[in-house]
Amino acid sequence: MEYTLIILLLPAIMFLFLGLAGHKLKHKVAGLFGTISLGLVTCLSYFTAWEYFTSPRVNGVFEKIIPFNFEWLSFSEALHVDIGILLDPISVMMLIVISTVSLMVHIYSLGYMHGEKGFQRYYAFLSLFTFSMLGLVVATNIFQTYIFWELVGVSSYLLIGFYYTKPSAIAASKKAFIVTRFADLGFLIGILVLSFYSQTFSFVELMNGSSDAILTGAATQTFLGIGVLSWALGLMFIGAAGKSAMFPLHIWLPDAMEGPTPVSALIHAATMVVAGVYLVARMFYLYIGFAPGVLEIIAIVGAFTSLFSAIIACVQTDIKRVLAFSTISQIGFMMVALGVCTGMDSHEGLGYMASMFHLFTHAMFKALLFLGAGSIIHAVHSNEMKDMGGLRKFMPITHITFLIACLAIAGIPPFSGFFSKDEILAAAFKFNPAMGWTMTVIAGLTAFYMFRLYFNIFWGKEAKHHHTPHESPLTITIPLIILAIVTIFGGFIPFGHFITSDGLLYNIHLDPQVAITSVVVAVLSIAIATIFYKNKEQKIPAMLGEKLSGLHKAATKKFYIDEVYQFITHRIIFACISTPIAWFDRHIVDGFMNLMASSTQSLSYSIRKFQSGHVQQYAFVFLLGIIFIIGLILLVI
Amino acid sequence: MDYSQFLYMKEEVSLVGVIAILFLYDLIAGEKGRKYFSLITCLLLGGHIIYNFLPTSTSGAVFGGMYYYTPMMTIIKSILTFGTLIVVMQADTWLRREDTKFKQGEFYVLLLSTLLGMFFMIASGHFLMFFIGLEMASIPMATLIAFDKYKHDSAEAGGKYILTAMFSSALLLFGLSLLYGACGTLYFDDIPATLDGNLMQMAAFVFFLAGIGFKISIVPFHLWTADVYQGAPTSVTSFLSVVSKGSAVFVLLTILMKVFAPMVQEWQIIIYGLIVVTITIGNLFAIRQKNIKRFLAFSSISQAGYILLGVIGGTQLGMSSLVYYVLVYMVANLAIFGVVSIIEQRTGMINIEDYNGLYLTNPKLSFLTTLALFSLAGIPPFAGFFSKFFVFMAAFEKGFYVLVIIALLNTIISLYYYLLLVKAMYINKSDSPIESFKSDCYTRTSLVICLIGIVCLGLAGVVYETISLFGYGM
Repeated sequence: MEYTLIILLLPAIMFLFLGLAGHKLKHKVAGLFGTISLGLVTCLSYFTAWEYFTSPRVNGVFEKIIPFNFEWLSFSEALHVDIGILLDPISVMMLIVISTVSLMVHIYSLGYMHGEKGFQRYYAFLSLFTFSMLGLVVATNIFQTYIFWELVGVSSYLLIGFYYTKPSAIAASKKAFIVTRFADLGFLIGILVLSFYSQTFSFVELMNGSSDAILTGAATQTFLGIGVLSWALGLMFIGAAGKSAMFPLHIWLPDAMEGPTPVSALIHAATMVVAGVYLVARMFYLYIGFAPGVLEIIAIVGAFTSLFSAIIACVQTDIKRVLAFSTISQIGFMMVALGVCTGMDSHEGLGYMASMFHLFTHAMFKALLFLGAGSIIHAVHSNEMKDMGGLRKFMPITHITFLIACLAIAGIPPFSGFFSKDEILAAAFKFNPAMGWTMTVIAGLTAFYMFRLYFNIFWGKEAKHHHTPHESPLTITIPLIILAIVTIFGGFIPFGHFITSDGLLYNIHLDPQVAITSVVVAVLSIAIATIFYKNKEQKIPAMLGEKLSGLHKAATKKFYIDEVYQFITHRIIFACISTPIAWFDRHIVDGFMNLMASSTQSLSYSIRKFQSGHVQQYAFVFLLGIIFIIGLILLVI
Repeated sequence: MDYSQFLYMKEEVSLVGVIAILFLYDLIAGEKGRKYFSLITCLLLGGHIIYNFLPTSTSGAVFGGMYYYTPMMTIIKSILTFGTLIVVMQADTWLRREDTKFKQGEFYVLLLSTLLGMFFMIASGHFLMFFIGLEMASIPMATLIAFDKYKHDSAEAGGKYILTAMFSSALLLFGLSLLYGACGTLYFDDIPATLDGNLMQMAAFVFFLAGIGFKISIVPFHLWTADVYQGAPTSVTSFLSVVSKGSAVFVLLTILMKVFAPMVQEWQIIIYGLIVVTITIGNLFAIRQKNIKRFLAFSSISQAGYILLGVIGGTQLGMSSLVYYVLVYMVANLAIFGVVSIIEQRTGMINIEDYNGLYLTNPKLSFLTTLALFSLAGIPPFAGFFSKFFVFMAAFEKGFYVLVIIALLNTIISLYYYLLLVKAMYINKSDSPIESFKSDCYTRTSLVICLIGIVCLGLAGVVYETISLFGYGM
């Protein structure tokens, strides 16, 4: 399967080509070049998946294949860095996800970014991002993962800052870059520690049991009372948490919405942000075997982040920000699923399969939501809900596809989200009923805020528009339709046949109790959202009508119920919980980061007097330095 | 006398040859001949590098142990010559100006004399030889800094440099005399046997370290750096920041490993502290700089701290990672200085805010600078990432976990201020941006070489492997 190398090289070549010669091409030509090359990549990825999953299983599992490997840097006999391609069930699945979403975004951008300045540059960056993301998932060793991990960061920096004339976009891109770099620090130290003890970077060597003896030996060593492997894997999780926007490192993601909307769909919904989940899944064998404590932390962090951001999503008015918080919340789900695993076999490791399944379905329906949001923004030229309303008449295709995605994320059968979320809930319940119920509540919240969004955009009161909104062109609607189809049928993929924690075949069966509970919760939440937001604009005219005709009784009653709902949610839940949490997020979490930045600044300001320009003083400091060092030695030795 | 001993000194001998040729050429070449001066210098230096790599005798000590040769020396000296070559190429525009045209020859001869001093310093086997090399490298350096002597800044910088250099030399000599008193010898080979880490020896070591720390600009011996970098002609600044610094680091590591090896416990503590303050102070000062040369001065101070990370382990890995780091740092820094220099020559602008909107007028220069800054910040896949990774690895291997974490945290601060410059070029608006210009072919060639270095040094594993192969000869 050497042709997989082409999957990796094609976007890289396209980046160089568009980056160097792009400005000489016409917009359309550059866009077509990028799109067609990505089309080829997608075809090859599907072909790879087909060939890989139809090849016979060995001992009941799909073999890990390394079709290409190249020894690159060698530190010592044992420790060397390779660049290569590793095919195993999860990397092949990621190839599908990335190439599909990226292709959709490429096609979509042809219409969405039409006429933007730097169109060719945009496509060059898209290719660079796709290349780095593909390189990340097929990495054969952790060092390669890290390099592509950073490259993903760089290309996301470039893409968020694409509107470089907009100060907020620039600030956001810088924030994203620096916050994730900060997290990557943990990752890098984790790599250093792990490779130091295991004497290998290679995933295959780490996972196939040949390093178990060394690792078991290393696990007995401790640092500050915690095993060194737990340190290494915990630090790696910090890196993963940075990319996957886990609390408190999530602060960059909502701001990153300043980038072009298709970029948000690609990077901040479907691919880059799940890199952290992918990393944990990739190292899953080690987490289970040598650091089960870290897995529990992952579960807790995931659940907290998920709840926290779901609550915040309820009060956002910028539609992209609602989706951003929803993404954070959904990634929390995936992290929880990984965290609740207790063993490698398919029952104890059900969460592993569920997490990957949810990653897959979420990538599709969240990309659909973002692209739909882009289509809406394209039509009304605003991100704010108040500028929308009643759009269903003007944009039928966007409306239907958006509704499908909302149903999927809310967990309504038979849409894909139902199946994957159900597996996560089942795994959570198996781990601990409290965790199961927490996740069920979050699932309910999800359904609520998604339908709040839906009704505010497509129903409700029509905003005044400068011109009548119209349906987007075909380049925008076709990706929407394709993704909607995937969202409708994606749940029926027998995922357990492809990806399980131990690699053996597993038949997914729905746990009726969990399934019914979650569907009931979701339906209730949607019903509440419907009462609140669908009829909202009819309330005032209706009320006026009631007053005039004197039919108060029924009306007052309705009004009263409405008010109770309003009171409970808006006054109690929103004002007492959501708003403070949002405030906490803005001021304390974000503020802490800002404080660190500003204290660095002020420290730098206060010590500038040392640099006076007087040579005498320089000599004085020079001598003082020596005396100080000698004094120090006297004390120490 | 056995003249075959000179065969060991082929780098020095050939460099003396180059200097002599240039000196004579300066005398005989007329107005017309001077036009080709830089071309001839470049060719000679290129030839010099190639000649150095011809296979010769194995390692050994000659002239009664005063002079050492190991294959690693060839690598180190070639890296330094390579840096000098780039500096010469970038200095061309400046040297063709009316007020410097007539003294081109002096510049080349002084520059190469400094390099010669560094060669002797690196290859020395005795502290006397080391001191002579150090002074040989310092004195012409001061005249180079004051090369634009009718400019106030340049003259002042030269004055500051020579005063500080004298001061540090005096301290260094004091340290050496203490060392002689404690050990009874100044031969590198004999000292280790007599070292037991008593206070006098420690004091001698600290004075020595301060003297060499001045050259590397380690905090607190760094205060001259910003003023001198700012005042000196840009080409000289770039020479100071890469070649001069690089040579001093090589010497430091050699002496630490060879001479002060028995005191490793003690000096590791000192170096540890110096790394922490150097990186941190360098970074903190860099954040607020307005003048790009001062900005780069502080950036280079913090980079010196990272270089010392390779020193602290005192291992083979440390040695090869350090040599690799210097090489990588050299290409990235020279790329930025090349851009700064050409912009200063064309427009006279040297403030960071003058770079606002550079992307719109000079996209290629901005792109190159961005890559170089990313490399300095240690972002993969640029070479700077790998060099940082190797020095971190070297320190980590020896158990300096906390130090590595401090250094890593500092890379984030450095990323912040490097991005400030990127932001200025790409994002900030300017009413009067630097106008679009086409640079001359020398500068362009040098920048292309740097670009190749930034991208390929990391990706081509063979570079590091060659260095580490020779590292075992140390």
